[in-house]
Amino acid sequence: MAKIVFTRPKSMKDVVTHYCPGCHHGIIHRLVGEALDELELAPKTIGVAPVGCSVFIYDYIDTDFIQASHGRAPAVATGVKRALPDKFVFTYQGDGDLAAIGTAEIIHAAARGENITVIFVNNAIYGMTGGQSAPTTLVGQSSTTTPKGRTSQNDGFPIQVCEMLNTLQGPSMISRVAVHTPAQVIRAKKAIRRAFQCQVEGRGFSFVEVLSACPTNWGMTPLDAGKWLENEMIPYYPVKDFRIPEGVQ
Amino acid sequence: MTQKVLMKGNEAIAEAAIRAGCRFFFGYPITPQNELLEYMARNLPKVDGVFLQSESEIGAINMVMGAACTGARVMTSSSGPGISLKQEGISYIAGSELPAVIVNIMRTGPGLGGIAPTQSDYYQAAKGGGHGDYRLMVLAPSSVQEMADLMFLAFDKADEYRNPVMVLGDGVLGQMMEPVILPEPKEGKGVEKPWATTGKGNNPKSKLITSLYIKPEEAEKFCEHLAAKYLTMAERDTRWESYRTEDAEIIVVAYGTAARLCMAAVDMARDKGIRAGLIRPITLFPFPSAPIYAAAEKGARFLTVELSTGQMVDDVRLAVSGKSTVSFYGRSGGMVPDPRDILSQIEQIESEKNGSTAATEGGAA
Amino acid sequence: MEHRMIFAGFGGQGVMLMGQLVAYAGMLEGKHVAWIPSYGPEMRGGTANCAVTVSDKPIASPIVYEPTAAIVLNQPSLEKFAPQLTPGGQLLINSSLISGISSRADINQVCLKANDLANQLGNLKVANMFLLGALIGLTEFIHIESVIEALKKVLPPHRHNLLEVNRQALQKGLEYVTSSSLGA
Repeated sequence: MAKIVFTRPKSMKDVVTHYCPGCHHGIIHRLVGEALDELELAPKTIGVAPVGCSVFIYDYIDTDFIQASHGRAPAVATGVKRALPDKFVFTYQGDGDLAAIGTAEIIHAAARGENITVIFVNNAIYGMTGGQSAPTTLVGQSSTTTPKGRTSQNDGFPIQVCEMLNTLQGPSMISRVAVHTPAQVIRAKKAIRRAFQCQVEGRGFSFVEVLSACPTNWGMTPLDAGKWLENEMIPYYPVKDFRIPEGVQ
Repeated sequence: MTQKVLMKGNEAIAEAAIRAGCRFFFGYPITPQNELLEYMARNLPKVDGVFLQSESEIGAINMVMGAACTGARVMTSSSGPGISLKQEGISYIAGSELPAVIVNIMRTGPGLGGIAPTQSDYYQAAKGGGHGDYRLMVLAPSSVQEMADLMFLAFDKADEYRNPVMVLGDGVLGQMMEPVILPEPKEGKGVEKPWATTGKGNNPKSKLITSLYIKPEEAEKFCEHLAAKYLTMAERDTRWESYRTEDAEIIVVAYGTAARLCMAAVDMARDKGIRAGLIRPITLFPFPSAPIYAAAEKGARFLTVELSTGQMVDDVRLAVSGKSTVSFYGRSGGMVPDPRDILSQIEQIESEKNGSTAATEGGAA
Repeated sequence: MEHRMIFAGFGGQGVMLMGQLVAYAGMLEGKHVAWIPSYGPEMRGGTANCAVTVSDKPIASPIVYEPTAAIVLNQPSLEKFAPQLTPGGQLLINSSLISGISSRADINQVCLKANDLANQLGNLKVANMFLLGALIGLTEFIHIESVIEALKKVLPPHRHNLLEVNRQALQKGLEYVTSSSLGA
């Protein structure tokens, strides 16, 4: 009899995602689901969904969810957590949502050390609206709104969110990870689980940035997208642990 | 008997909210409503509630949304520019069918305007305010006592309809002190909120609070559901006060502070033998069209008085439906009309009636 | 009877408190009251002021247009509010800080060197209470005892040692206008 060695996390629904081929959201969703399972958090979880490609996260992760307006997920999560301090509250946000329109909300939730977890997916482009420039679009990277490539003269410089939040006292944990290779996936899983654990232990704001590919809007094959992420994104957005609290499991 | 206390309107709102079971307040300072925020900061922690000063009004209204999702009684307050910033969140709260109370102590606009009292946010409050096909229930107190009383109603109706309720005051009401008998604190848990996202626990199905309806068929169904809800509100919860209207030939329509001034003007007119009365809308949405239409059918003429250049007057005209005349008198920018000036307007309408009665009656005959 | 009063002076002279005490006292006597501070455009012109209405009937307008009485503690307040008084209205002038009186002949004007009288009691801060006592003596719209009761509610307990000096100031203000022959 065959032995089951790989299965869908219990906290994920048995549905096919709408994400494009080569998109990393599916992997990141799965890591979130695994971490929820392992820490047995799903029954007490309230997730906050962003505006962007991952707005439909609530169709895939089987916990209570709230759909927030663009960029405001950390504020909504704050309201939930203040009302229900014993429940588990996380946001899942893209780079337009978190690093452009929602900059104020993320910085102040982090500065307050709000006891929530934020999963920040950075693919250096706006996906859902069709490939416009993001605050994390690299200099030189082309998009539909920087057709000749982003220039620092006209468009300024991309925001390094982990580095920025790392100037604040509030966060308990800040890590940047990637999911374009199996080794990176294992590391990312560990970071997400650790971030959840930080909240469970009441350590305050925990933050994981996940570098992610968008082959469709980058105009690449999934394999080339992985290489581009490795060669172009990681040098500017180094994958590392910026802050890890002592003694966290 | 419960004792009367002398309170500022802003503080009466805050105390009444706490007594109505509000335990969460998220807000951002702006004049002329700061006493409300500060009262909450002092007193919510005493009842194990949470006061949090947010990074912006946008942050505040989204925190309100988050707490509302858990089923908690939650509110925010602001004024003019701050209320504008909250509109996106208010639209989401309405679109997600969440109960929440928003207080607007109006100041002048547009733009930064000034801190003096006006009623220039009527359109914004009564016609939706943010994007999309929705309405708020809007309550317009005209005394400190009513500010306290309507806070209870605001929270109850927000829960009942799962819809945001706005309490619309102005700088005069917020700053003035009057005796108030505070309602007794609300006991018990209040209405069940099975829709609240509190974690799925042992339930097989997780809950979702969203305003996203990507399919037009579903979106239309939802908009029609909201429209039906507003119709129910109109049928059951339209509120107004009539003052000396039984035999009135001239009816002044005014709300909030303006209604107080008009009440004085109506008394002066009566002293002069003019049959004047006042209809004071207490709910601005749903708007009390029925009593206005009924009076118009009986031949009353209307004068709308507002601390603006004319906003509610549109709703009065719609209610009158061409059955009678509607005049308007307003002061704006923080200038408050003298009741004697309102009296002059009433006298003007009275003289027009006397001047034109023959022609009108001749035409009718 | 509706008493519509203005209390006006510089910030720090206790005009807001004076108004609140009057409103509170009126409430304790079962009357309808409203207090409203200078606010918005009213704040221009170097005066802090508040308006108080004390009435046997529900109060329509909380905003006072034709005051029946005014207490003015500085020159700009005299200039601003004397013209607004209703004919036959009562004007009380703190002549320690104000030179002259209003040119109106159709109002009653009483001058009181409130600061000097307060200094005699050893507490400049009760100048406002002399004037309030005088207003009560002249118009009898509330009782001094109600004002003392209101003070007990408004002052924090650790300030209740000031009740006596306030009572004295109120009483002396009242006696000043009821015992002496007054002329404007």
